[in-house]
Amino acid sequence: MPSVARTLTLALLAAAGLAVTGLAPAQNDPKVLRIVPHSNLNILDPIWTTQYMARNHGYMIYDTLFGTDEKSQVKPQMVEAWTVSPDNRLWTFTLRPGLGFHDGAPVTGEDVIASIQRWGKRDAMGQKLMTFVDRMDSPTPQTFRIFLREACGFVLEALGKPSSNVPFIMPKRVAETPADKQIEDYVGSGPYVFRRDEFKPGDKAVYVKNAKYVPRKEPASGTAGGKVVYIDRVEWNLALRDAQAQVNALAKGEIDILERPAFESYEQLKKADGVALVNKDPLGFQYMGRFNHLQPPFNNQKIRQAALAAMSQEPFLRAQVGVKEFYRPCPSMFTCGTPYGSAKGSDIQSKSNMKKAQELLKASGYDGTPIVILKPTDLASIQKLPDVAAQLLRQAGFKVDLQAMDWNTVVTRRAKKDPPAQGGWNIFLTAWVAPDIWNPLTNAAVGAQGEKSWFGWPTDPEIEKLRDEFARATDEPKKKALAEAIQARAFEVATHAPLGEYVNPLAARKNVTGFVIGPGDIYWNLKKGDRGG
Amino acid sequence: MWTFLARRIAATIPVLLVVAVLVFLMLRLTPGDPAAILAGDAATTEQIAAIRASLGLDRSLAAQFVIWFGNLLSGDLGQSFYFRMNVTTLIGQRLEPTLALATLTIVLAVAVAVPLGVLAAWRFGGWFDRALMGFSVLGFSIPVFVLAYILIYVVSLKLGWLPVQGYQRLENGVLPFLRHLILPSITLSIVYIALIARVTRASVLEALGEDYIRTARAKGLPELRVLVHHALANAAVPIATVIGIGVALLIGGVVVTESVYAIPGLGRLTVDAVLARDFPTIQGVILFFSFAYVMVNLLVDLSYVFFDPRIRY
Repeated sequence: MPSVARTLTLALLAAAGLAVTGLAPAQNDPKVLRIVPHSNLNILDPIWTTQYMARNHGYMIYDTLFGTDEKSQVKPQMVEAWTVSPDNRLWTFTLRPGLGFHDGAPVTGEDVIASIQRWGKRDAMGQKLMTFVDRMDSPTPQTFRIFLREACGFVLEALGKPSSNVPFIMPKRVAETPADKQIEDYVGSGPYVFRRDEFKPGDKAVYVKNAKYVPRKEPASGTAGGKVVYIDRVEWNLALRDAQAQVNALAKGEIDILERPAFESYEQLKKADGVALVNKDPLGFQYMGRFNHLQPPFNNQKIRQAALAAMSQEPFLRAQVGVKEFYRPCPSMFTCGTPYGSAKGSDIQSKSNMKKAQELLKASGYDGTPIVILKPTDLASIQKLPDVAAQLLRQAGFKVDLQAMDWNTVVTRRAKKDPPAQGGWNIFLTAWVAPDIWNPLTNAAVGAQGEKSWFGWPTDPEIEKLRDEFARATDEPKKKALAEAIQARAFEVATHAPLGEYVNPLAARKNVTGFVIGPGDIYWNLKKGDRGG
Repeated sequence: MWTFLARRIAATIPVLLVVAVLVFLMLRLTPGDPAAILAGDAATTEQIAAIRASLGLDRSLAAQFVIWFGNLLSGDLGQSFYFRMNVTTLIGQRLEPTLALATLTIVLAVAVAVPLGVLAAWRFGGWFDRALMGFSVLGFSIPVFVLAYILIYVVSLKLGWLPVQGYQRLENGVLPFLRHLILPSITLSIVYIALIARVTRASVLEALGEDYIRTARAKGLPELRVLVHHALANAAVPIATVIGIGVALLIGGVVVTESVYAIPGLGRLTVDAVLARDFPTIQGVILFFSFAYVMVNLLVDLSYVFFDPRIRY
C-alpha cells in the first residue's frame, strides 16, 4: 500500500509539473492574430443593425464599392472607374476585374444593386440617397448604373460611408433577404473568410485569409487602398471582457491586440514590456448629450439653450477620459479636423460659463420641472457622463433626477416618447465614432424632422431645408457653407450638446505592425513578428 | 428504489412547469426591450418597432407564451434573439467549460477539505483545528475576484507558470485544458474547501463521540482506520449534502470567475443574456439550471444509500 501511495504521489507531482511547465499549445503563432474586440459579437448582419461590432465583422468579410481614407477622402475600392453625366444624374460604375465571392462566384453588377437596395432600406444616409434614385441597372456583369431623379452631391460619400451602416456588397441571393430580417449566409468578397463552424458566441470568432482576394495596389489608408492580408488567421477573443484581465493577457503575450482599453488601464499598459499604444484612429469619438424636445422642460428652446450653456465640455472629458493627451474640446457638431468641422454658432456653449447659464435659465421661465437623466451602470465607456451632466445642470439651477439603470433599459426608455414620469426621459448621453457625425447627413442628432428624427425628436423646418439643400449641393464650397449654416441653426435650436472628442488608442504587442490609420477597427495590412515582443 | 426514482423524476415536471411560467412572466414584466439593443444606437423608433414585430414581441403575452410553451414541449428551447442559434446549441457550447470547471473545483475541494476536516476533528481544540477554523473564515470572506487577481499576479504574471486567462477545450489536448483550469479551480475551490472542511469537522466530531468509536479503538484498530472507516463513513451524509449543493451552485455558473479568467461558461452566458434581454436564452438557461439542481439533489439523495445502509428507498 505504501508503494502505491508513493507511486500515486509521484505521478500527481509529475502531472502537475508538466501542466505547469510544458506542452502548452503554440500560443504565439506568427500567422495567427489574437484580438480582444471592444464588445461581444452577437449580430452577424451589418446591414440589419448599426452595432459597431457587426460593422467590424463586416469589414473582415465584405468589400465596399468605395472607401474613406485617413484624410476623410472617398476613394474607389471595388470600383475601378466611374463616370457622371453632365447633369449629375447618371452615374456609371465599372467594377475591378478579379472580384470574387468566397464561394467562387464573381461579383457582378446585379450583386451590387441588390446590396445597395437592401442597405438603402436600413441606413439613414442610404434612405436619403434612395429618395433621389429613380432606378439602378447592370448593363453588363462588370458595370452598374444609378439613375437619379435629380442631382445630389453625396453619392460617393454614401457609397464610401465608413461607419454604420456600411454599404457592404453581398451576393444577390443574400442581399435579397428582406431588410427587416437578418441574413444567414455570410459569404462575402472581402479579405477574410468567416469561419461559421468555429464561431462560438461569447467565446470566439474566427476569420481566415481569403487567398483569392485581389487587393488594390495603393497603400492601405482608412477603409480605402489595398487590403493586403499577411496573417493566415484572426481570432477574436469574445470571452475576455474584464479590463484587468485584458491588460494582464496582453502583458503576458496571450493576446496580440486590445482594441479599446479602458482609460484606467493606460498607465499600466504604458509600463508593460513589449506593449505599444497605437493611435490608429486620430479622429476618434465624440460625446453627446441629447435633449428630449417633446417633453417639458426641454420642449422650451430657451431652457435647452440654458442647459447647453451649462454643459461645458472639459468636465465631461476630464471625468470620463481622464488622460489629457487623449481628449480635446471641440466646438463643432461635425468632428473637428474633418471637412465640415467648424466653430460656427458654437459660442452659446464654447464661450459660455456657469453664470451665463444661470442667467439664461432664469430668463427662460423654468418652473423647476425635474430633469430625468438616464445613467447606464454597465457601460464603462460613458458611465460617468451623466453624473457630470447632473452636477453641471444643478449648478445652473436645474432640478435633476439622475436615474441609474442598465444600458438595455436606457435604450428602451430613450425610444419612448412618454413623459418622464411614465417611463420617458429628458436627457441621455452617448458617444459616436467620427464618421457617424461628420456631416449633416450622417449626423443623426442634427436631423430635425420631429417624431421621425432620431431619439430626442427635434423639429425645425429650417434645419431640414438646409439639410435638403446640402444633399442636393454638388460643389464643395457650397456644401461647407451649408454645413456651417446647419450647425449654427442646430446650436440655436439646441438639438443636442456636443461634449468633446477623444481617442481610444489600441494596445498591441510590439511585434504587431502595419496598423492602418483611419476610422474604424481595421485588421488588414497587419504583420506579426516571430517573437512575442 | 425504482418507485422512488420514478416518483422523483416525475416530480421534476411540475417544478419545471412552475419555473417556466415564472421566468416567462418575470422577463416580460421587467423593463428593457431586446429590439432596442438589437437595432443599435442609430436606429429610429420605427426600425425598433419593426424588429420587435419580427421577434414576435408585439404579440400578446398569452400568444407568446403559447408559442414558446408549445415549442418547449417538443424539446425546442427556441432561438436566441441575438445569435441566431438554437438555445440548446448555445447551452451545449458552454456546457463543457462549466462542467470542466465545476468538476475540477469540486474534486480539488473534496480532496483537500475532507482530510483537513477529519484532521481538525481528530485534533479538536489543537493548533491545527484553530488554524483550519481561521482559514475557513478567510475562505468565506475573501471575494472571489480578489483571490483571482492575487493568484494571477503571483502565479501567472510574476512566476509565469500558468496562463492568465482563457479556456482550452479538451479537443486541443489534456495538458492545455488542465493548464487553463488550474488557477480558476483553485480560486473557486477556496470557499468550497472552507465550507466542506467545516461541515466535515463538525460531522466527524459528532461521530467521534459515539460509542462505536470507543469500541473500535478498544479493539485495537489503527487510528487511521477508526477515522476513515468508522468516523468519516458515518459522518458522510451531511458532507455529501454540502458537496451536492456545491456542485449545483457551480453548474449554475460562476460568473465572476468566468469573467476574470475569460471562461466561456454558462454563468457568463446567463449574465450576457440578461443584460441583452435575450428572452429565449434566459428562459432556456434557467430551465436547464432548474433541471440540473433537481438531478443533483436526486443523485445526492441516492448517494445516502451507500453511506448509510439504514437508508432505503
